[in-house]
Amino acid sequence: MTNNPVISVKNLVKKFGSFTANDDLSFEVYEGEIFGFLGANGAGKTTAIRILSGLSEPTSGEVIVAGYNAKKQPEQIKKNIGYMCQKFSLYPDLTVKENIMLYGGIYGMKKALIKERTDLLLDRLNFREYGDRMIAVLPLGLKQKLAFSVAVFHEPRIVFLDEPTGGVDPITRRQFWEMIYETAGRGITIFVTTHYMDEAEYCDRISIMSEGKIVALDTPADLKRQYNAASVEEVFVKIARPKDLIPPAPFSRREKGE
Amino acid sequence: MQKAIEASGISKKFVDTQALKNISFEVSEGEIFGFIGPDGAGKTTLFRIIATLLIPDEGKMEVMGFDSVSGFKELRKNIGYMPGRFSLYQDLSVEENLNFYATVFGTTVKENYDLISDIYSHIEPFRKRLAGKLSGGMKQKLALSCALIHKPGLLILDEPTTGVDAVSRSEFWGMLRKLRQHNITIILSTPYMDEAMKCDRVALIQEGHILSINQPEKIREEFSRKLFSVKAPEKYRLINALRSYPGTITAYPFGDSVHVTFKDDIYDRSVHDYLSSVGLDNVVISETRAGIEDRFLELMEKSTAPLSGGVGGGYNKAE
Repeated sequence: MTNNPVISVKNLVKKFGSFTANDDLSFEVYEGEIFGFLGANGAGKTTAIRILSGLSEPTSGEVIVAGYNAKKQPEQIKKNIGYMCQKFSLYPDLTVKENIMLYGGIYGMKKALIKERTDLLLDRLNFREYGDRMIAVLPLGLKQKLAFSVAVFHEPRIVFLDEPTGGVDPITRRQFWEMIYETAGRGITIFVTTHYMDEAEYCDRISIMSEGKIVALDTPADLKRQYNAASVEEVFVKIARPKDLIPPAPFSRREKGE
Repeated sequence: MQKAIEASGISKKFVDTQALKNISFEVSEGEIFGFIGPDGAGKTTLFRIIATLLIPDEGKMEVMGFDSVSGFKELRKNIGYMPGRFSLYQDLSVEENLNFYATVFGTTVKENYDLISDIYSHIEPFRKRLAGKLSGGMKQKLALSCALIHKPGLLILDEPTTGVDAVSRSEFWGMLRKLRQHNITIILSTPYMDEAMKCDRVALIQEGHILSINQPEKIREEFSRKLFSVKAPEKYRLINALRSYPGTITAYPFGDSVHVTFKDDIYDRSVHDYLSSVGLDNVVISETRAGIEDRFLELMEKSTAPLSGGVGGGYNKAE
């Protein structure tokens, strides 16, 4: 991890009508950092991530991602980030190689480069025998590892991971975190959202959002010290509980917060 | 003690996937019993058999005193089943869903209201809202209310906390504990190891096998070696260095540390000397207590061949 911020957010506000989804957020995330972005459902995480990934405009404030301004250069941001979510990541009825080819192509990579990196990737993962198999027949653990590899295939500055190891077995889970460490070691920033606080324990720093604000941001160890808690889960339950349980009325699909 | 479930030798195959392999277990009345295992372990298949929605290829399943195949009609009256996927009617309101389930089971909301009041009171202010428009936490509370409205003796919850945030999860566990006062047996499944500690007993399940059944504290005690927690600022380098140290058996990342077992449980100066020789100083090593996940890893190592090469693979050579 270096001290170069690859995400820099100053006074970010995002409103949907009268509802403030992101209320004056300011934070930085560094090159090669593993950053956990936590919060209860409805806290405003998804809204913030949509802005950080160039999919939604901030109402006010300055957001710089990979050197580009989220308001003025969202397309540049999209080219410089990767994304992997737990639910959908690869096309089940395409082969491993076809999926890689598709994603590489979408990011504008040259065919020769895709081919070269595909070979490297399959070797590194011990995946060579799976190259021509359909995703649908792969065991879940392999799929998850491959999905991550595809998300960083175009060497983005930042990769966003949504609950990356949910549902996988404990061994695969650790192999997955080792891939994350290795990737972060190459200078790619890892931005993790998860509901599972033991995943958060693996991060370099974590932030916790509640009701549109960041209410805590520090290393897991320091947060545990500050809140006199044995685990990040305990910290989270102490500070992330919303004032009331009444959620805002759901937004229409397009402008939905979370 | 009366048994809520007695399962012996249950197997189930789908085309070429053997989902369950000769599974046997018992659940006592009034227990909170958890099935802990990753996706694809067979949890949902097992729960569908218990709920009479699938017939096992082999074995015998008795639930609340009824055979799951020949006695399925009676059995169904005695269980509440909450599937993993939200399965209520999205275009009916909260209230309509609850009334519908009560009616199907020949009862009324009023009759069993005391059983669900703690849970339902959270969503009652939104009783006119369509179920499809509820937030995740609220859907979960409604589904639980609907599964309980006929006062079943056994509640079957398939991954009730998947995708739910930590605050709602801790509320959910509070609700389950309260249900115990009503003498309801609860079985639930989860891929999250940290939830095991909240159950009375758990079964660790992997690839259709039960690896272990016990009280969670006992499962932790079953860990067969001394376990050490190793910390250093450069985690990835630390993991690789520990794996190359000849005295290491296993080294796995665990949150902000690495959990390590050493040959003959010997940890001495030479570990520090070795790490220091590869440039890792400021390494803190302390003995730690194994958690459920440590034990799960250990059982997986025993049940599968040692992992070879690739990325990771906590194993350091065969022992």
